[in-house]
Amino acid sequence: MTLQAVLLVAAALFCVGLYGALSQKVIVMVMMGLELMLNGVILAAGAFWWFLAPAPDGQVLLLIVIAAMTVEMAMGFAVATLLHRSRGSDMTDSATDLSG
Amino acid sequence: MIDILFWALAVVSVASGVAVFVVDSMARATYALAVSFIAVGIMLVMVGLEYIGIITILMMVMEMAIMAVYMVMFMGMNPALMPMDMTHNKRWSAVLAMGTFVLLAAGALLIPWPARVGAPAVDLVASLGEAIMGPKMLAMLTISPVLFATIIAGLVIVNPRGRYDRWGDDLKHRPPNDPLRGGLGQ
Amino acid sequence: MSEPIVQVSPAWAVLAPLALLLFALAGAGLNGALVARSVGRPGRSGASAPLAQVARLLRQRRQVTVAADVLLWRIGAGGLVVVAILKILVIPLGPWTLADLDVGVVWFNTMDVMIWALFWLIGWGANSAHSLVGGYRFLSLAVSYELPLMFALITPAVAARSLRVGDVVAAQHDLWFVIWMPVAFVIFCGSVIAFSSWGPFATAVGRDIAGGFLTDVSGVDRLLILTGRYAVLTAGAAFAVPLFLGGGGGALLPDWLWSIVKTALVLAAFVAIRHRVPTIRPDRFAEVAWIIVLPAALLQVLVVAIIVVGS
Repeated sequence: MTLQAVLLVAAALFCVGLYGALSQKVIVMVMMGLELMLNGVILAAGAFWWFLAPAPDGQVLLLIVIAAMTVEMAMGFAVATLLHRSRGSDMTDSATDLSG
Repeated sequence: MIDILFWALAVVSVASGVAVFVVDSMARATYALAVSFIAVGIMLVMVGLEYIGIITILMMVMEMAIMAVYMVMFMGMNPALMPMDMTHNKRWSAVLAMGTFVLLAAGALLIPWPARVGAPAVDLVASLGEAIMGPKMLAMLTISPVLFATIIAGLVIVNPRGRYDRWGDDLKHRPPNDPLRGGLGQ
Repeated sequence: MSEPIVQVSPAWAVLAPLALLLFALAGAGLNGALVARSVGRPGRSGASAPLAQVARLLRQRRQVTVAADVLLWRIGAGGLVVVAILKILVIPLGPWTLADLDVGVVWFNTMDVMIWALFWLIGWGANSAHSLVGGYRFLSLAVSYELPLMFALITPAVAARSLRVGDVVAAQHDLWFVIWMPVAFVIFCGSVIAFSSWGPFATAVGRDIAGGFLTDVSGVDRLLILTGRYAVLTAGAAFAVPLFLGGGGGALLPDWLWSIVKTALVLAAFVAIRHRVPTIRPDRFAEVAWIIVLPAALLQVLVVAIIVVGS
């Protein structure tokens, strides 16, 4: 288990998530893609922390990433619920009111 | 031994991550993501992040249990019975994702990473607690109003009924006029 | 009397599930006896009912519903017992523990969150309406009990200044935590009963929805789920001992025996409560949980934190 190996796995997770977030139409599935990307970020951050500079402060950064994930999920669910209520659909393609 | 465990977890996490977008059942997709997070959580424990790893598992399993409910609620049909494609722009997504992977992987392998600076604390959990309550307290103090604001914003966005719907035009209707009465009648 | 907690060799891990299953069986026996007494038959005839039930379910043929998601269904059914076993890894028996993790309290919490997923999967897998309603009912109950439970678990950890179960036990050398954090203890017990879908919180398997997520499970799956419910109830009762009841501390008897006696008493109380308290509706309970129970749990943490910092 080396830094490079963990980073490779993290990169794979990030890119699978990226593919999902870009290609899925349904908001909840887009959120799953984003979660998977953050999953890779957390893993990479953990690996950097352990293999490069294992000071106690670094762990706090991971807590912040996790908190960001909760915010992302809560707001995602809220927006999905609102869209579903007002449009009867939660496809990202139908939520383009603000596009120029 | 550690290496075998690590690579097994790596395969599980990436494979279940791929499964999220491949399987045609909403429940399976959601729980595949949960499995991916559990594998990553264990890997985090393996790099010394006991608390963070276990918290990740706790949070993500909980989140996926709720996510499954949302999936079933919003997707509105059962793709297992009605095969359909809920994707757009597949090819460019794949190209972009592959390109990003090549870039990140090249970076991970080619960058000459510096040698380790410092040594981990003996009790990592305690040192995390001291960091939160000591030098990094400001960060945590900032996060808490952000999370609180998220709760409020989420409720405001989602709640379809305001106080006039519940308590009548003069706000005097008691108990409130709710579709489902709560245990306290508030 | 109480000795410091030491980790024993992992070889003992074989015995832990056995002890857990024995306790679960005893709990089921007590429940059977109480049921028999309530309908006027001698308690002894009911006490052996679980054994007959095991034999019957082992021989029963599995029924499969149409278009069931068999994979998820089996994971849900088999997972409960596994989760209960993982829970008791961090619970000390007298002075011995299998794994005195740095984050033992959080470990227990993580395992009880797994139950959210498992019960919902059981409900989903059957592809039947009553079953799925049961799964949803459990989740709606879970969002009510989980947050108070988290704070109830954190309270002893705050007092002990450590998430390690061994430290929590050691901190109760002079005074059991149940005495100065009774609110947390009561909330913890209620939550254990809730996450086992037991007693007043058993609406997810209620009669009004034809048995909820148990409607369509049969044979070995049903046996595993019923065993798993008793096992998580037992694991919860066992965790109350190091967390609130002083672990193995006590007069006269050796530490390990005290652990067993205390666990048995708490488990008996949990089983008996089923026959004393009416069912609580999850939809009504949500408001109570968020307006009364959660603030009560927070106040309890605050009081404990002030006492700990002041002392």
